[in-house]
Amino acid sequence: MTTENQQWFDICNIDDILPSMGRCALFNKQQVAIFRILDQQGQEQVYAIDNYCPFSESNTLSRGLTGSITDKVVVASPIYKQHFDLNSGSCLEDESVSVKTYPVRLNGSIVQLAV
Amino acid sequence: MSSKIKLVVIGNGPVGHNFLEYLVESGQSENYQVTVFGEEPIPAYDRVHLTAWFETQSVDDINMVSDGFYPNNNFVLHTGDKVTKIDRFKRVVISEAGLEVSYDKIIMATGSYPFVPPVPGHDRDNVFVYRTIDDLEKITAAAKTSKVGAVIGGGLLGLEAAKALMDLDLQTHVIEFAPRLMAVQVDDGGGNMLSKKIQDLGVSVHTQKNTQNIGDGDSAFHKMSFADGQELETDIIVFSAGIRPRDELARQAGLGMGARGGVVINNNCLTSDEDIYAIGEVALWDNKIYGLIAPGWSMAQAAVDHLTQTGTSEFTGADMSTKLKLMGVDVASIGDAHGTTPNSRSYTYVNDREEVYKKIVVSEDDKYLLGAVLIGDAAEYGSLLQFMLNKMELPSEPEGLILPSLDGSSSGIGVDALPDSAVLCSCMNVSKADVINAVEAGANDMSTIKACTKAATGCGGCTALVTQVLNCELEKQGVEVNTDLCEHFAYTRQDLYNLIRVGKIKSFEELLEKHGSGLGCDICKPTAANILASCWNDHVLNSGLQGIQDTNDYFMGNMQKDGTYSVVPRVPGGEITPDKLIVLGEVAKEYNLYTKITGGQRVDLFGARSEQLPDIWRALVDAGFETGHAYGKSLRTVKSCVGSTWCRYGVQDSMGLAIKLENRYKGLRSPHKFKLAVSGCTRECAEAQSKDFGIIATENGWNLYVCGNGGMKPRHADLFASDLTEEEVITYIDRICMFYVRTADRLQRTSVWMDNMEGGLEYLKSVVIDDKLGLVTELEEEMAAVVDTYQCEWKTTIDDPEKLKRFSHFVNSKSHDDNVIFTTEREQIRPAVISERITEQA
Repeated sequence: MTTENQQWFDICNIDDILPSMGRCALFNKQQVAIFRILDQQGQEQVYAIDNYCPFSESNTLSRGLTGSITDKVVVASPIYKQHFDLNSGSCLEDESVSVKTYPVRLNGSIVQLAV
Repeated sequence: MSSKIKLVVIGNGPVGHNFLEYLVESGQSENYQVTVFGEEPIPAYDRVHLTAWFETQSVDDINMVSDGFYPNNNFVLHTGDKVTKIDRFKRVVISEAGLEVSYDKIIMATGSYPFVPPVPGHDRDNVFVYRTIDDLEKITAAAKTSKVGAVIGGGLLGLEAAKALMDLDLQTHVIEFAPRLMAVQVDDGGGNMLSKKIQDLGVSVHTQKNTQNIGDGDSAFHKMSFADGQELETDIIVFSAGIRPRDELARQAGLGMGARGGVVINNNCLTSDEDIYAIGEVALWDNKIYGLIAPGWSMAQAAVDHLTQTGTSEFTGADMSTKLKLMGVDVASIGDAHGTTPNSRSYTYVNDREEVYKKIVVSEDDKYLLGAVLIGDAAEYGSLLQFMLNKMELPSEPEGLILPSLDGSSSGIGVDALPDSAVLCSCMNVSKADVINAVEAGANDMSTIKACTKAATGCGGCTALVTQVLNCELEKQGVEVNTDLCEHFAYTRQDLYNLIRVGKIKSFEELLEKHGSGLGCDICKPTAANILASCWNDHVLNSGLQGIQDTNDYFMGNMQKDGTYSVVPRVPGGEITPDKLIVLGEVAKEYNLYTKITGGQRVDLFGARSEQLPDIWRALVDAGFETGHAYGKSLRTVKSCVGSTWCRYGVQDSMGLAIKLENRYKGLRSPHKFKLAVSGCTRECAEAQSKDFGIIATENGWNLYVCGNGGMKPRHADLFASDLTEEEVITYIDRICMFYVRTADRLQRTSVWMDNMEGGLEYLKSVVIDDKLGLVTELEEEMAAVVDTYQCEWKTTIDDPEKLKRFSHFVNSKSHDDNVIFTTEREQIRPAVISERITEQA
């Protein structure tokens, strides 16, 4: 995951993303869905996965509802409602499907992605 | 073709029609070349609910034939033509119109006719019987110039006829020869209580009256003279003095007949000719004619089983126990209602305040139930009937079964004690085993049970009992009836509603903290959002509320498969000025949107990218449009016809009412979407009966229909109340809507909500009209609060720069989503399919 030689890029301010929601960022010509989640311990966490939903073949995952399924933090596709694990990118309903995840961090109030 | 068996069905009443349905169900109908003759001009309708015709005067309400039933099954139906002769030698039937059809087998279902005693004057004008729609039409026509109506015969049908006369605003009399009403089914005590209750409703009851002459009246059209010297003047007379089998055809054909009429049949419903079956009220089994619908259906099934050899059911008599509502009065009679069994004992409970009469007849040793009479409250009918039919041993003090329980506990039987063979629904002949099998096959709610077993779809008297069996079985099979909304909330939607309203909870975080666990999910978040909106009506994009909205609610548009949105402005009642229509066209043109007229009489604009939505809506709001809430679980549209303003048939201003209703209920968040429609006359051009609330104009006001829907499982709405004023319509819809918002499950349409409600439509009426739960004031206040706080979500949004930020596709760029690619079809855009994308990009 996060290693020393990663180069971090500023994307936006954390306040540009509403709590428990996602926004789409354009990063290296990729559409990346970034989510801002207050975890159960009250810590602000950010997650980044592909914005592209493989089921609907549309760039929509950033517009899904977030939440938890058992111990996993997930987003639900807004079109056909499959759930994706925000940590691993894997689909809960279909093991053979997963989306890419991206290194992401909060640097102060700035959301950063890494190559 | 030649191998097909030629089957002629004579008679197209309820029983004849049900025979055909059973034939189709047997899977054998393709082996038969079926010809059906019906004397009436229209196909089979539900005679049992004939009075329903008066409420709307529409045959559709009581039609029994599903669309395309006859042609789809290749059944040839001749309506308006009766068979006049069966030639058993040439094996043909001959009709009045001269048709000659050869047969291999005949089903005779000619029914019965109303008996008119040969009283002098019985053939005068304005003397009617009560059996067919034609009879009803004649009575209705005559009622227009009449003030007083009298029914001769105080039996079950006679009281139905009296109800019809009352509904026609006639001063109504019932004349009965016996000393009490419903002499066959109820005893003296019950008959007296029934008279009392019916007189309370404004009907005059005259018992022990032997009509001896009908002549010219002084103040009315007729004068009836009775054996005791008394007289009664009336404008209309309806005879309902019993039925007689329509057996003239059987007699002509030389079939075996009973001494007092009726075609003799055996347990397979075969007559003396082994190629001719007789079923229903024309058939005489064990010297008895069965004048109820359920035995007719059992006969139809027995005949199908024997004819096709696909089953083994036989007709071996029928229990004549019955429960019904006469003019709103519960009446039930079970078995030996009169206590004629030697040495039987009876227990009676009479309550003059509530006007309730209950009696049970039990065996000498108090062990078995033999019969019962219930007037005014028939709640125990289901369990008492089971005690009798299954010969179950009674509790040690059987009178407890009909005494009101002072501690609120139920004194009925545990359904678990019922044998599997117990028939729960006698209309549809559904046993406890049938319900258990359905549960085992996965049915887990009443609407599924109804759909797959047909239980509780006849008179509905068994609904409570079937529900109990369902719940008991679910529990027994270890199917934990888990009604939790999701893993984060161990509550039903209804529970959450109460927690939110009572606890004055205003945010999802607060709800989760107090009553839930985890982070929530895409089930509980929108549900909570929906309830919060129903209760407090805050803007869906207010802070704290945005993150729990479904994406459609969040972007206030309907997301399409490619991630773009459709835009649907509200067009109340479908009425739109040319100027506004031009604005829609201009906006669609400017943003290159695909444009389509919807079924809800408005215009849908497709293909808007999220970042375009604010500009599009600014243009629309500036032109006076409001959001149409097509994206929400909320009111969609109120469809309408132009009504009396333009239409030569319209009797009320349907347009005006539709607009008023749409403006009243717009924005209300509800468990699922709901739709209304208003028709200006009974031609019903607005298709109101397929809506959650349908309003149809009558000469006197409005009829309100509830809980219909189109979609995957279409359901006609049920008549809720008739001849309402506009204010009454609004009051009732207010109450029903808020009761629905309070008590329905997540994503439950009104139809399923009502079907799953114990007591169904009648219960809903008792809550909404009679205020059984003492709720109506609260419901009205809640609705008023929602109506008063309405705001157009889009108007509020475009005025707030903060709220507009979220509509750009990228948080860090002004670019568009390059995956949204359109192509052109029929001069408009549509999303490009994969193959088209590759070509364009290459």
